[in-house]
Amino acid sequence: MSVFEGFRFRRVLSPIHQLDPRVKFLYVCAVFGIAVMFNQLLPLILLFLIQLPFVLAAGVQKEWIRSMKGASFLALMIFLFNFLFTYFYREYPIFPPSSSLLEYSLAMTLRFIVLVESFSIFFLTTSPDRLGLALEQSHVPYEFCFAFTTAVRFVPVLAEEAQTIMDAQKARGLELERGNFIKRIRNYIPILIPLIVSAIRRSLELAEAMESRAWGATNKRTNLYVLKIERGDYILAVISVGMLILAVYIWLFMREQIPSLIPLITAQNV
Amino acid sequence: MIEVKDVYFTYPNNVEALKGVSLNIRKGDFVAIMGQNGAGKTTLVKHFNGLLKPTKGTVTVNGVDTREESVAKLSRGIGFVFQNPDNQLFCETVEEEVAFALRNFGFEDKIIQKRVEWAINLLGLAKHRQSSPFMLSGGERKRVALASVLAWNPDVVILDEPTIGQDYQQKEKLRQFIVQLNAQGKTVVVVTHDVEFVAECNPRVVLMAQGEIVVDGDAKHVLTNAKLVTEASIVPPQISQIFMGLTDLGLPFDIIDVYEARDILLDFLGGDL
Amino acid sequence: MDDILCESRTVNKTLAIINTSGLIYTYPGGREPSLVDVSLTIEKGDYVILTGPSGCGKTTLCRCLNGLIPHFYSGKLEGEIKVASLTVSEHSIYELAKHVGLVFQNPENQLFALSVEKDVAFGLENLGVPREDMRARVDWALQMTGIYDLRERAPHELSGGQQQRVAIACVLAMKPDIMVLDEPTSFLDPLGAQKIFEVIGDLNKKLGITVILVEHRLDLASKYANHVIVMDEGKVVLDGKPLDVFDSESARLIGVGIPKATRLYQALRQSGVYLNRVPVNSQEATLLLQEVLTRDRG
Ligand SMILES: Nc1ncnc2c1ncn2[C@@H]1O[C@H](COP(=O)(O)OP(=O)(O)OP(=O)(O)O)[C@@H](O)[C@H]1O
Ligand SMILES: Nc1ncnc2c1ncn2[C@@H]1O[C@H](COP(=O)(O)OP(=O)(O)OP(=O)(O)O)[C@@H](O)[C@H]1O
Ligand SMILES: [Mg+2]
Ligand SMILES: [Mg+2]
Repeated sequence: MSVFEGFRFRRVLSPIHQLDPRVKFLYVCAVFGIAVMFNQLLPLILLFLIQLPFVLAAGVQKEWIRSMKGASFLALMIFLFNFLFTYFYREYPIFPPSSSLLEYSLAMTLRFIVLVESFSIFFLTTSPDRLGLALEQSHVPYEFCFAFTTAVRFVPVLAEEAQTIMDAQKARGLELERGNFIKRIRNYIPILIPLIVSAIRRSLELAEAMESRAWGATNKRTNLYVLKIERGDYILAVISVGMLILAVYIWLFMREQIPSLIPLITAQNV
Repeated sequence: MIEVKDVYFTYPNNVEALKGVSLNIRKGDFVAIMGQNGAGKTTLVKHFNGLLKPTKGTVTVNGVDTREESVAKLSRGIGFVFQNPDNQLFCETVEEEVAFALRNFGFEDKIIQKRVEWAINLLGLAKHRQSSPFMLSGGERKRVALASVLAWNPDVVILDEPTIGQDYQQKEKLRQFIVQLNAQGKTVVVVTHDVEFVAECNPRVVLMAQGEIVVDGDAKHVLTNAKLVTEASIVPPQISQIFMGLTDLGLPFDIIDVYEARDILLDFLGGDL
Repeated sequence: MDDILCESRTVNKTLAIINTSGLIYTYPGGREPSLVDVSLTIEKGDYVILTGPSGCGKTTLCRCLNGLIPHFYSGKLEGEIKVASLTVSEHSIYELAKHVGLVFQNPENQLFALSVEKDVAFGLENLGVPREDMRARVDWALQMTGIYDLRERAPHELSGGQQQRVAIACVLAMKPDIMVLDEPTSFLDPLGAQKIFEVIGDLNKKLGITVILVEHRLDLASKYANHVIVMDEGKVVLDGKPLDVFDSESARLIGVGIPKATRLYQALRQSGVYLNRVPVNSQEATLLLQEVLTRDRG
């Protein structure tokens, strides 16, 4: 659950929030590509650090830290899994010979963290509204975009409704945590049925309201907002592409020279 | 019976819905809680049966702190009818719906049968006992919800917005019914926006605004106090509006009932007739 | 008496903006018709209150006026409806939407965008209105309903009263000739409701929009209306000026919530005190009473 906490959008005004979601998506893809390219610790650490200024510029540190915390359990699992797996299958030659077992596992974990980091920056700084708009202007069918924004709009409403229903049934003496496993599942029937019925009722009312406001009048729909690519967007696009080119260059020609970190650190200590 | 002492309540999203509410509801009271949208009325009554626990302060029911008792236990004595009947109806027939709570409270089958019978007749649902609650009209669904709560005969009945979407006649029936319940010694708490409904019931009125109680007194005094009433986003009942315009003539302004108004006017005209 | 009421509104075809004759409608799977022989004339610029017991077919009639019946709800429709000189059964809902705006009871379920102005623009977007026009019309609608400052907020973060104003703005932006509001204030506190009625009253007075308002709480709404229609069991039973309708015997028998001002008038009349006119709201009643009380004294 808490991983998603970090993806919940909060309206803030910042240069990062103003950026075109499409360009931000390009950036996420670039980070994704680079992270997958490298399995050494050093480039991944760099990649992790490069993104921090974005978080600060967007002013979403609190949410970001929360999402990172949420991801930490998964990260730990990934670390343990990698460590144990490679430990028991040493002959399995997927990690570069120069790096140690520990370093490799750390790198894999960091790769995951970098991915979560970039996605959470994307979702924390992109209002679902603008995301829907970006989808629309990327020629995704309007029905799909509408479904997307409506879902974002109504999920919290349904969650609140579920709470009210639960309260109403508790007030009629329903005890959810009573009985054995089967009984407990059955305890949820009085909650699920009203929830489903009201969701259906709601969607009917919604359809009526949409129809009444000329839904489907023309297939040349216009839009109140347009996304315009502005200077900031060009800059981010250049940064993303630049990073990607640099990464590809390093990967092609300098991959072998990337120093592994753990020997470096331990060497200094000796 | 229900004692609310300096209660504060904050929702997880940091909305401070109650800011120091104190209220004492005695056995046999008939209380209407009124006030603007978002004033915290629903939040307050959800404390009465422990659905919400105060962030600060205490709520005690018959001397027991609600924090120390489960909702199910508290509900045995306090029946709560939610605003929207669709939030609780789920059974295939009205009868089962009414029996649901009785089963939860572990009544014996024979008693359940008797109670269901009683509640269904009380609310005039005999015709629909085998119907699916979903097929009934809004007003009927509301009555099923009410029957399903009254069936276990709680000492206190709380109704959240019982008049929404009801027509005048249904409201009138509901009013008579509530008054009758109260006369039988039940404590009744009604949360409502309907000024005219309250004016006709003439209960004790608690006005809320922004998480606080503005005033607590009888309907006649509260609803005719223009300043308090505006503070709580309410419009005075029509009769009282009329009389507020007649104070120059030396007439009283705290009148809310049509017939009382008539008598006063006749008195005033008295000699000339 | 009621027949007289119905006939006293002689049909003036030239001004009629809504005209139904012999409307009978049965929902799919419905056993009985929900509308029975409804014949109505509503004139341009009218402010109509539509009332009647729960389940009498008010919502159903509203649905007929903007084409949800028969285009969205199938079922069996007989008779003719003409709205803004369009025959409803021959025109699609989106064509009618330019002339008739429908506002529903629950604001939560008619707002689906993530910002207020986007929601207000929804209908215009659907119609393919060019962006510059759209901007101007959205801003205009927001200003008319007094929510311009809220335009960038998310609708679900607003209070019920604000949401309902957004819903009205959504419909207003399409510049309809007629606005139909189905119990738009039932979730609101009285002051919030009064403000909504004021907004609607303004639209009627300043813009000449024909308003049809479904409402149970007549005490609050009756101030603005010049035409009241009472339905019962799918039929129109009373149709006329507010004072005639509220004072009629059958309104009391059907159990319409007659405004208290009118009831006081009736109670006084029974005791032999006559006011000069039938009051339908508190201001009128106060004035009439002042007249009587001071005259009788002097
Ligand atoms: N489940 C919830 N989570 C978060 N905030 C809530 C929740 N329920 C209510 N609130 C907030 O708490 C405040 C008080 O709400 P409450 O429902 O008690 O008001 P109310 O007086 O019952 O209003 P209404 O007349 O609209 O029913 C409001 O600001 C509301 O937005
Ligand atoms: N979608 C539907 N399908 C089938 N029957 C319906 C549907 N909607 C309404 N009805 C029936 O049509 C009749 C008239 O209902 P309608 O909703 O028009 O009443 P109303 O006057 O708006 O009542 P209320 O004041 O409760 O809103 C009722 O008997 C109802 O059961
Ligand atoms: Mg409430
Ligand atoms: Mg209706």
